Amino acid sequence: MREIILDDPLSIVILKAVIIFVICLVSTILAVWGERRLVARMQMRLGPNRVGKFGVLQGLADGVKLALKEDLIPAAADKIVFIIAPIISATTCFMAFAVIPMTGEITLFGEKTSLQLTDISVGVLYILSIASIGVYGIVLAGWSSGSTYPLLGGLRSSAQVISYEIAMGLSLVAVFLYAGSMSTIDIVNSQSSWWFAVTLFPSFAIYTISMVGETNRAPFDLAEAEGELVGGFHTEYSSLKFALFFLAEYVNIIGVSALATTLFLGGYHALPGLGFTESWLGGWFTFFWFFAKVLFFFFIFVWLRGTLPRLRYDQFMKFGWKVLIPANVIWIMVVAVLRYFSNQGTPRSVIIAFAGGVILIYLFASMIWERAAKNRAETVSSRPVPAAPSFPIPKLPMDISTISVPKAGQERVIHE
Amino acid sequence: MNPYLPIIAIGAVGFGFAAFSVVAAAISGPRRYNRSKIDAYECGIEPTPQAAGGGRFPVKYFLTAMLFIIFDIEIVFLYPWAVSFDQLGLFGIVEMFIFIATVFIAYGYVWRRGGLEWD
Repeated sequence: MREIILDDPLSIVILKAVIIFVICLVSTILAVWGERRLVARMQMRLGPNRVGKFGVLQGLADGVKLALKEDLIPAAADKIVFIIAPIISATTCFMAFAVIPMTGEITLFGEKTSLQLTDISVGVLYILSIASIGVYGIVLAGWSSGSTYPLLGGLRSSAQVISYEIAMGLSLVAVFLYAGSMSTIDIVNSQSSWWFAVTLFPSFAIYTISMVGETNRAPFDLAEAEGELVGGFHTEYSSLKFALFFLAEYVNIIGVSALATTLFLGGYHALPGLGFTESWLGGWFTFFWFFAKVLFFFFIFVWLRGTLPRLRYDQFMKFGWKVLIPANVIWIMVVAVLRYFSNQGTPRSVIIAFAGGVILIYLFASMIWERAAKNRAETVSSRPVPAAPSFPIPKLPMDISTISVPKAGQERVIHE
Repeated sequence: MNPYLPIIAIGAVGFGFAAFSVVAAAISGPRRYNRSKIDAYECGIEPTPQAAGGGRFPVKYFLTAMLFIIFDIEIVFLYPWAVSFDQLGLFGIVEMFIFIATVFIAYGYVWRRGGLEWD
């Protein structure tokens, strides 16, 4: 597989780059429409249904509308950085797709290949590094706007993205441990018997949570909390510059979904038991499987947005740093020991005893934790109530049940 | 072909599209000057004046960035270890346990000192 990708002539490589780019662009247009329709359905509305059949072209219409808007650059902005920021965001989001295998073996203009631009031995690490460069787009956009809300939004976004990138990076360690490689093809092939979503379920769960945080999506969309920060880092952007950030957000969503598909759901391979479909249409049918799995993740994104209220920023950071990271590291150690045992051919009884021991330790630790939390709560509630001070204090609002509005000449009466 | 070369291809396509959009944005839209349009947007109220040389930001974000570097380095050590785990054997596990224990002593210290609190 790797050989047939790497021996492609330059023309096929460029053709594939354009195909992948178009796939990203078209799926963004469809994703915008699909999301709005799904959310509308969840809120008992109809959603956009005017432009094209069922409103499919809504995303395209929005793009054209944005192109015809005035391109504003605030007077206080740092002009060069202000223009570079959306370019960074939009370029990096496409680059992450270079190593994602979208189909099995196919034929493109007589050349045996696969819809994957390249395969490098550090493929997944490359995707993480590109995602990190994407953060520059966010933080520079917020900083260069020369405005308060974008600055705060940009800082929040970048703090959030880097925090959840750690959880995301750690959740991939177990996958590399089982696949023995960081190349996306090897990882897909090593899931031939069992998907990693099943065998490494905790990693899969942590990845799924952190990918929502990583892409600034509801319920983790604190960077663009409308009530607090207007639009976040892109408040000052208009016209196609705004469209680039919008595009980058959706391509990133599809990107993390594609990575989740590759690492945990068996990539472009068919669902178990349907392996015979993989040779249909000369191998192109595998793209259907890949796309269906990506759509499954996209649906989860939309479902979360339609269901959950936004988290508070401190709760969100606490969850990332104090729950996901330690849980992840402990899980990695458990997986490592289990893997070592199975490599050594240790009898099953020892492995079961080890797993049981881990579960017991976990239960014991959580029991101690809960008891400590209860103790803390009791100490707080059992603190003596301070004696009434010698000076008069006004009634607190919670002590007042009703206030009668005094008529002219009468005194105000407060009922308790 | 060098496996890193195709990355430049898709990077060029993406960059070309982004640069084209930025240039097109300046041409395609109308241009009608209005002072309040180029002011900072703050929901209609008078914009807050900014400190010279861009805005300042809370030190909290700097702390988060520092912690990110620590854990990112940890991840960088974990990846090659995970890839070559099967060849390392017991030695690899023990070494990684020691490494993670040292990182987590620092982590516990930061937690205790309130470095992970966000008020």
